[in-house]
Amino acid sequence: MSILLGIFTILAVGAGCVFFIAGTLGLLRFPDALTRLHALTKADNLGLGLILLGLLPQASSPWMAAKMVGVWLLMQLASGAVGQLLAETALGEATPEDRP
Amino acid sequence: MSVLLDFILLLLALALAFRVATVQDTLGAVIAFVGLGIVLALVWVRLDAIDVALTEAAVGSGITGLLLVRAASRLPSSQARAPAPALKLAAGLLSALLAGALAAVVLLLPEPAPTLALEAARHLPQTGLGNPVTAVLVAYRALDTLLETVVLLLALVGVWSLGPDRAWGGHPEPLAPMPAAPPLSFLGRVLPPFGILLGVHLAWTGADNPGGAFQGGAVIAAMLLLLLMAGHARMPALSGQRLRVLVILGPAVFMLIGLVGVLATGSFLGFPESIAKPLILFVEAALILSIAVALGLLVAGPATRAAQ
Repeated sequence: MSILLGIFTILAVGAGCVFFIAGTLGLLRFPDALTRLHALTKADNLGLGLILLGLLPQASSPWMAAKMVGVWLLMQLASGAVGQLLAETALGEATPEDRP
Repeated sequence: MSVLLDFILLLLALALAFRVATVQDTLGAVIAFVGLGIVLALVWVRLDAIDVALTEAAVGSGITGLLLVRAASRLPSSQARAPAPALKLAAGLLSALLAGALAAVVLLLPEPAPTLALEAARHLPQTGLGNPVTAVLVAYRALDTLLETVVLLLALVGVWSLGPDRAWGGHPEPLAPMPAAPPLSFLGRVLPPFGILLGVHLAWTGADNPGGAFQGGAVIAAMLLLLLMAGHARMPALSGQRLRVLVILGPAVFMLIGLVGVLATGSFLGFPESIAKPLILFVEAALILSIAVALGLLVAGPATRAAQ
């Protein structure tokens, strides 16, 4: 059972890392603020979510696991709201022909 | 593996420090400084100094970062006021000298380094606390902490006196344009209950675990600032009586309990052993309020329009 859980952890954390790397790549390579934000918030949501999912079986107690889920939820809230704010600022600064 | 992690952290810290010093535009330097603070907090975690890491993240990077962002956005563009080359050179030399002196002090420490850690741990039961860092801050070196909170007050008076005379005691510049953007308004409704709980928890748990009044106060200050930014609270007038009482409450309670110490144990800030822990918690509770309000007001800055 613990081997299975270990494999699950490795797979989920690995997949989370892939999302973070893809998000970072997008942040560096995408052409404008909105697409870069898109890449970044995906890394925050899915990447962190998958890493957390992978770490849940390794938590020392249910209480610890609940704390980790709490951290993820707060992160969702912050990154979602800040992503929207940055996007609004970027749109405000863009010239009319830049707007999607 | 952990050596690799430490190496990466070290490289990141050096690169960010280099960027803070060399980047031309002020806001860019501030952003790099905030990033540097987060990396430094991780370095402190790696050194097992969780108390310092929390303070660095909350005060050094968070509140100071916010204060610098606000200052940077008020300054004219950095090209317009580039310092003279001689001034730059002098500042660089002075910084190099300071860094060199600090490095020399650390590298020339005798082996083993002089330490009071054992003494601090040995007397821990007398304070009723479980966290030796808190014991140093509030019991062994209580006078230093008391003076630190007074310094915070003096800094606040210094910031206040930067405003124009006609606005004295009035309202500081709003933190964000009104009406606030809907996502910010939403964040300002959802986050503060959790943030304030976390701040109180940090101060409460500081007795036995990493944490304390400064870290908790900084988190609560951030929540107060978020409420202001989101437009859920109005920027207060700095002459408000309640506000000023809140700001001086911490140092005042600290001094009062210090005087009680004179009566009970014969020395200023001496805590009688039997009630040391309740006294310390009482001081911390008053301190967290004052620190939260003072840090928030430092970011809010001097008054720019007269009180209505």
